[in-house]
Amino acid sequence: MKVGIPVETSPEELRVAATPKTVKRLQKQGFDVYIQSSAGVRANFSDNEFEAAGAKIVSSAAEIYGDSDIVLKVKEPTLEEVDMMRSGLVLLSHLWPDQNMEVLQKLADKGVNAIAMDAVPRISRAQKMDVRSSMANVAGYRSVIEASYHYGRFLNGQITAAGKVDPAKFLVIGAGVAGLAAIGAANSLGAIVRAFDTRKEVAEQIESMGATFLTVDLDEDGATASGYSKEMSKEFIEAEMKLFLEQAKEVDIIITTAQIPGRPAPKLILDYHVAAMKPGSVIVDLAASTGGNCELTRDGEIYTTDNGVTIVGKLDQLPNQASQLYGNNLCHFLDDMGKAENFKIDMEDDVVSRSMVTYEGKINWPQKPLQVSPSAGGGAAKTAGPTPEELKAIEQAKAKKSAISTIIGLGVVGVLLLLIGKFAPEESDFLQHMTVFVLAVFVGWQIITNVTHALHTPLMSVTNAISGIIVVGGLLQTTNDFGNPITIIAFVAILLATINIVGGFLVTHRMLNMFKK
Amino acid sequence: MIGHEIQTAAYLFASILFILSLGGLSSQETAKRGVLYGIVGMIIALLATVLGQTAEGHVYILIAVAIASVIGVALSRKVEMTSMPQLIAILHSFVGLAAVLVGFGSYLDHLDPNTPTLTGASANILLVEVYVGIFIGALTFTGSIIAWGKLDGKIMSKALIYPGRHLINIILILVTIVVGVLFTNADGTEGMMYLYIMTGIGSFIGIMMVMAIGGGDMPVVVSMLNSYSGWAAAAAGFMLGNDLLIVTGALVGSSGAILSIHMSKAMNRKFINVILGGFGTAGGSTKAIEGEITTINHDEAAEILKEAKSIIIVPGYGMAVAKAQYPIHDMVQTLRKAGKDVKFAIHPVAGRLPGHMNVLLAEAKVPYDIVMEMDEVNPDLPTTDVVIVVGANDVVNPGAEDDPGSSIYGMPVIKAWEAGRVIVMKRSLSSGYSGEDNPLFYRENTEMLLGDAKDSVDKLLTYLKS
Repeated sequence: MKVGIPVETSPEELRVAATPKTVKRLQKQGFDVYIQSSAGVRANFSDNEFEAAGAKIVSSAAEIYGDSDIVLKVKEPTLEEVDMMRSGLVLLSHLWPDQNMEVLQKLADKGVNAIAMDAVPRISRAQKMDVRSSMANVAGYRSVIEASYHYGRFLNGQITAAGKVDPAKFLVIGAGVAGLAAIGAANSLGAIVRAFDTRKEVAEQIESMGATFLTVDLDEDGATASGYSKEMSKEFIEAEMKLFLEQAKEVDIIITTAQIPGRPAPKLILDYHVAAMKPGSVIVDLAASTGGNCELTRDGEIYTTDNGVTIVGKLDQLPNQASQLYGNNLCHFLDDMGKAENFKIDMEDDVVSRSMVTYEGKINWPQKPLQVSPSAGGGAAKTAGPTPEELKAIEQAKAKKSAISTIIGLGVVGVLLLLIGKFAPEESDFLQHMTVFVLAVFVGWQIITNVTHALHTPLMSVTNAISGIIVVGGLLQTTNDFGNPITIIAFVAILLATINIVGGFLVTHRMLNMFKK
Repeated sequence: MIGHEIQTAAYLFASILFILSLGGLSSQETAKRGVLYGIVGMIIALLATVLGQTAEGHVYILIAVAIASVIGVALSRKVEMTSMPQLIAILHSFVGLAAVLVGFGSYLDHLDPNTPTLTGASANILLVEVYVGIFIGALTFTGSIIAWGKLDGKIMSKALIYPGRHLINIILILVTIVVGVLFTNADGTEGMMYLYIMTGIGSFIGIMMVMAIGGGDMPVVVSMLNSYSGWAAAAAGFMLGNDLLIVTGALVGSSGAILSIHMSKAMNRKFINVILGGFGTAGGSTKAIEGEITTINHDEAAEILKEAKSIIIVPGYGMAVAKAQYPIHDMVQTLRKAGKDVKFAIHPVAGRLPGHMNVLLAEAKVPYDIVMEMDEVNPDLPTTDVVIVVGANDVVNPGAEDDPGSSIYGMPVIKAWEAGRVIVMKRSLSSGYSGEDNPLFYRENTEMLLGDAKDSVDKLLTYLKS
């Protein structure tokens, strides 16, 4: 099967849908890879590298779209590009079906089976194909670097001989993949990071990345079953705005990442928030392409407001690594579809059927929602584990049970000893030996309980040697007469037991010598 | 010649030294001293016996001791650390056989018209002691031989389960009791026959008991046999009326019992179930495993290690089989030189012998202060970058924590999956001893590095050094 990779026609798109590494991977999966000349140049991959990896270089996009069985792309195709596609082609690309119904219609008309990589459902099995996550991760990281560049000061606090430098304060709004990546990057550069999200369940993740979780004093959870957050009530938004105003006065950098699928991004940072910020502050708006979280954001632009706040509405894509990650996502997807050998469009498969937005001439969008968010059903999770009271009750029951069995055990032992005492003959030393025996058992129990696991083997070999003490039996039974069967038996017993003693001690010694700090 | 009082005093001193010896083994610092105490105690005990007034036949004793010493020295020099389990098992069988012989000797001695004979209740007690002593000895002997065969691969290590075995065992024990009653009432040499019958039954029970136990349960069995060998010695002490034997036997017996219980707990089994055998044949998990297995190459694994700051290695029986401990030590040295924090995590039942992994790592000169126990390591795992699992399976199975349907549910395990990445070195994708599929392999942060462990580590090392 032929896999083709065209040049991305949009001038803003620097990424490419395959890298030399993923080309190798695709070939391992059994595909023949064709790539349009100079497709990877903007992501720093030369044609030579692709050729060395085993791809065939093709000069025109028409050849790619006309001859391939599968086409890998990054950005949604233009109508002209769709024109070149042949019927039955499988296209894997970003499609953003809500914003691009026209393209979708045309794809369906052409008989192209298009997979929208951005529509891959967020279930755990599909995480390795989730381009939104992998790309958001890149964007989150980059947003901090971008912010740092425009901020133009130290991010970490320093105390030097020349004086003290305060650390920069970040506010990250929205703790999805991008938000968490931004928190991690900012935190590791030494800044103070605060983060806000309407979903209470992410507080733990925020804190684990090193930020403080900010919240409003209203009991409303923005979590939904789809894994995205929902729009909140009026009261909540008012409280939220108040919080942002307080923060805007204080922080140096705001990174916004809030998006609602299929709708314009919510407006979270309004003009009066921007006005409240200190000159030199920076806002990085990762939702710029869907309208921006900040009222003043201009998509694809970086500019400074009158009060000296820089608003970043476009972001470098780190095309080299982003292409690698995106390419990996695509490889995983093809892997899931059965590689070259068993390639199959399986509409029973949740991942395929949900991302296959056009199939056999029909548009397959919008989809019914799918339950994904692991903790959205928070109630169920809470009831799974026992409550502290239950635990306590279990503990008590256990203690009671063990106390009862101890009492019964002691009772049995007492009765047994009583019987022995009653029936043991007076002239025998049996009871005396029994005393010694029982006490020795307890001593043994006490001393061994503390042995470290590491020494269990040496302990066993030393007890082995010591149990060779049975040699005493043989020694006592030997007589001067070797014809006596007792002597022969004793001789063998001594032989065996002594092997045990000598071998056991020596091998223990050998082992212990090996243990070195 | 020394008097009886001196002899008793010497025995008492030897007993104290044995107690100190076992106590010494509780930590690395005092372990060597412990062995020394044991040796001194043994020498004192032997001299006190041989020099005692009742001792005879010194020439024969010297010959036997001389031959045995040569064999013992040779055995201890020659044995490889990977075959320690076999050595321990065979040594147990010696004690068992010696106990049988001492038992027969005592009985013959009792029958001998030239020696003063006990009468009445005392005689009966002696006969019961002889009977019980031989029974335990025979059981220990054959059980250990089978354990040795299984550990050495001479007998298939799979558990041999036949229907109605519990019933047969109960019948055999009842028969043993009946024969015992006949034995104590027997006149003259007639009792010999009953002793033979009972020895046969005891041997059979020993064989069947260990045959029913599978390879992974061996740590429990070996420590259980260790315990039996102690009880056999104690029984011999009862028949000879010798307190030294009783004390020493009891020490060894209870120490072995504790080890067995430790091991059972570490596998979340009831001790009694392990002894009765046939574990792990029923049930099995019904929970579907999500995700899929991803494999990596050696160069990719080496890259992961190069990037990691903290690494924990979890060895299992597979490491012993592949003898991978030496290259692992080299790898650990290389990684530690590169400034990484490398530790080992040992599960109490890893390997075929309690503490087996520790000995193997010590043999490869891995410093013991980086070899940790499961409980010490588990809290560190969430902050660990990479866990390397070498030839271990069940001891890192997350199903033990979260899958009540799993046969190993509830067994404490090393929580490898909490680390950032997990690299599992394994020969193939088959399941572990318990037969449970391991969901760890399907986790997203787990990568499988298939192949012989030694080979894999060698290759990793080359990539790490390049």
